[in-house]
Amino acid sequence: MSSRSDAEQTYYVPEQSKLPFLATIGLATFIYGAGATLNAARAGDPDPMSWLLPGGFAFFVAVLWQWFGTSIREHRLGLANAQLRRSYVLGMQWFIFSEVMFFFAFFLALAYVRLFVVPWLGGEGDHGLANRLWSGFAAEWPPSQTPQQALDAAGGTQLTARQSEFLAPPSTVSWSGIPLLNTILLLSSSVTLHFAHVALRGGRRGAMNVLLALTLALGMTFVALQAWEYHHAYTDLGLTLKSGIYGSTFYLLTGFHGLHVCIGALMLSVTLARARFAGDFTPEDHFGFQAASWYWHFVDVVWVCLFLSVYLL
Amino acid sequence: MAADHHGPAKGIGRWLFTTNHKDIGTMYLWFSFTMFIVGGLFALVIRTELFQPGLQFVKPEFFNQMTTMHGLVMVFGAIMPAWVGLANWMIPLMIGAPDMALPRMNNWSFWILPFAFAMLVATLFSEAGAPNFGWTFYAPLSTAYAPSSVTFFIFGVHLMGMSSIMGAINVIATIINMRAPGMTYMKMPMFVWTWLITAFLLIAVMPVLAGVVTMMLFDIHFGTSFFSAAGGGDPVLFQHVFWFFGHPEVYIMILPAFGVISEVLPTFARKPLFGYTSMVYATASIAFLSFIVWAHHMFTVGMPIAGELFFMYATMLIAVPTGVKVFNWVTTMFRGSLSFETPMLFAIAFIVLFTIGGFSGIMLAMAPLDFQYHDTYFVVAHFHYVLVQGALFSIYCGVYYWLPKWTGHMYDETLSKAHFWLTFIGVNLAFFPMHFVGLAGMPRRIPDYALQFADFNMLSSIGAYVTGFSQLIFLYVVIRCIRGGRPATDRVWEASHGLEWSVPSPAPYHTFAIPPQVR
Repeated sequence: MSSRSDAEQTYYVPEQSKLPFLATIGLATFIYGAGATLNAARAGDPDPMSWLLPGGFAFFVAVLWQWFGTSIREHRLGLANAQLRRSYVLGMQWFIFSEVMFFFAFFLALAYVRLFVVPWLGGEGDHGLANRLWSGFAAEWPPSQTPQQALDAAGGTQLTARQSEFLAPPSTVSWSGIPLLNTILLLSSSVTLHFAHVALRGGRRGAMNVLLALTLALGMTFVALQAWEYHHAYTDLGLTLKSGIYGSTFYLLTGFHGLHVCIGALMLSVTLARARFAGDFTPEDHFGFQAASWYWHFVDVVWVCLFLSVYLL
Repeated sequence: MAADHHGPAKGIGRWLFTTNHKDIGTMYLWFSFTMFIVGGLFALVIRTELFQPGLQFVKPEFFNQMTTMHGLVMVFGAIMPAWVGLANWMIPLMIGAPDMALPRMNNWSFWILPFAFAMLVATLFSEAGAPNFGWTFYAPLSTAYAPSSVTFFIFGVHLMGMSSIMGAINVIATIINMRAPGMTYMKMPMFVWTWLITAFLLIAVMPVLAGVVTMMLFDIHFGTSFFSAAGGGDPVLFQHVFWFFGHPEVYIMILPAFGVISEVLPTFARKPLFGYTSMVYATASIAFLSFIVWAHHMFTVGMPIAGELFFMYATMLIAVPTGVKVFNWVTTMFRGSLSFETPMLFAIAFIVLFTIGGFSGIMLAMAPLDFQYHDTYFVVAHFHYVLVQGALFSIYCGVYYWLPKWTGHMYDETLSKAHFWLTFIGVNLAFFPMHFVGLAGMPRRIPDYALQFADFNMLSSIGAYVTGFSQLIFLYVVIRCIRGGRPATDRVWEASHGLEWSVPSPAPYHTFAIPPQVR
């Protein structure tokens, strides 16, 4: 809440701005284009509107670029008083909370599947009766075959399922190789980022830049290794999105995490560029740095949960 | 800042590019009313078909599209934006802030909505037809068996979710950071308190909704098997994730209503709100409980008995804080010097009718009894009592209460009372008989029904028409009030209390550029 000293400097309420409306145009075009493209692909039709998705997305990103640029310029002009900076801090914190809840939905799904669905389908527990529909399916995690494969093998049929729709991979992703290395990389990147922050607060800008760059490099290595692991899983292991519930949860959890690492890396790149080339951020006032840093730590925490629940357990 | 000296910009640009919380609040409210009319027309199609048994006017496929679109439009297009509109208009005025904390993002939150709904409603005109799987879009109806428009539905929900999350972040940042000096948390008006908690709920559950529609998207387009047992998933998983969002969602629609009623009653009872502190804690308790009761929507899907019992008892616990609220409202009126202007009529009707909806909620909360009620018109009656006679009535209550502050004119008391009474009669005629047909076994979401339900259904349809056309009176009253009328004083009401009544009527374009000191 505001103290008297803040009240002396008025809260900056921006003038009219075209940015939000233009951002909406970009977002709506991009999203509508995504829908049209997906539907055309599913129906096997040619897609006359295929430019909407990339075009809208590019426009959307360009507007956001302008928008963040405007905020940064306003900040440099000294328009953002302490109270407005607190608004930004609150905005970022609650945004990260919303991201936490997004991941929560997928972790909830994974937990429910592992604790209830797979055992029931395998004939265990309260609803083991479900196994009558999928005779031959055994409850194990990761499943060596999907219920449908088990049924096909047992020579049974199910009216609702198309034959061989879901094929479980012959083997699954091990935690001990790349995932463990990736865990170490990402945890180290949080440490380097923390010390970059410490360096910033201590006014050691050179050290801050180096540590930021190091964080970014660790993050990029993580993404590269993750991409390589995906490639390995798709081609060598045969683990795809269509591999049943294990593939579904594996790819959506790690995939959305990977996307968030990329967004975090983008934020860190902008932060590094601002620090290195524009001389932004002071030991007392560095919201942009702080926001990118919080986001990165959040992505890191999600990975730890993911490493435990997807790979290890 | 320069903004202090500026009035609104001229022309359409004022609305497209505005950063002003009052402009944005106004846009939200008009958008909400437009969607209310659209959703209402869908409802009238439903009620027209159900006027008599037999298939008369629409095909069953189209009937399904109507029930789906009616629910989606009313929940996400009418009720929620109305609350955000009221929040935009009133929260800065009530806490002495110059505007919302993040004004540009505020505009963005609004403008996403018309595009999202245009995309959703446009599917009605597509070859495949609009979504037809009910507003709760249960898998596999909404995945394996869905029309192709489901893709646009999914992306529409993503857009609405973004809008809601950004709106809620703005509300939270405003309330935490923008209160005038001296406006401590426990001095905040109840409407601000309920919105703070609502915003928390929104940020907590809208991402979960985004998650569940994302799983649908991948099941439909990329071959995952979240909701398909053939691949090791489970359609019931959909219901768990959906209702983890869905139950807090119903409190998102009703908590701000509690806030409005708690503002209006003291004014027209000329007594301070009874039990302010307990109101705050009751609201917080309801919000907390909303996270642990979701599976009471799923008693009949075959949960383990421990689950049935847990969710039954947890749900019944909600009656305690809700009872505290109703008790406090009644006690606020007790021995007050009451007057019955239109906002007060809506408030009193809210208390009585919302409580009826609460009681049918307790009936539904009992797992063994729910096996009879599940998916019958009894459920339809229940949630319309809490959402129409609850949320909608309190939106009207708030709009009439603050309309003079917004426009600077008093509304027409006679016409608005006609609006109230016709709506009151209409909604009760429409929804009360649904309890009976539901208990007698009429399932929801069907275009045709057995003959013994005919009389009650005809009554419901007549009630729906009375309700629908009465809303035109409201539109007329509002437009007349904007155009002119008896000038409103700053206080507007004899016993009004709070910062929003300390600024002139109509409220100037910019208020509280210098925060007031609250004692």
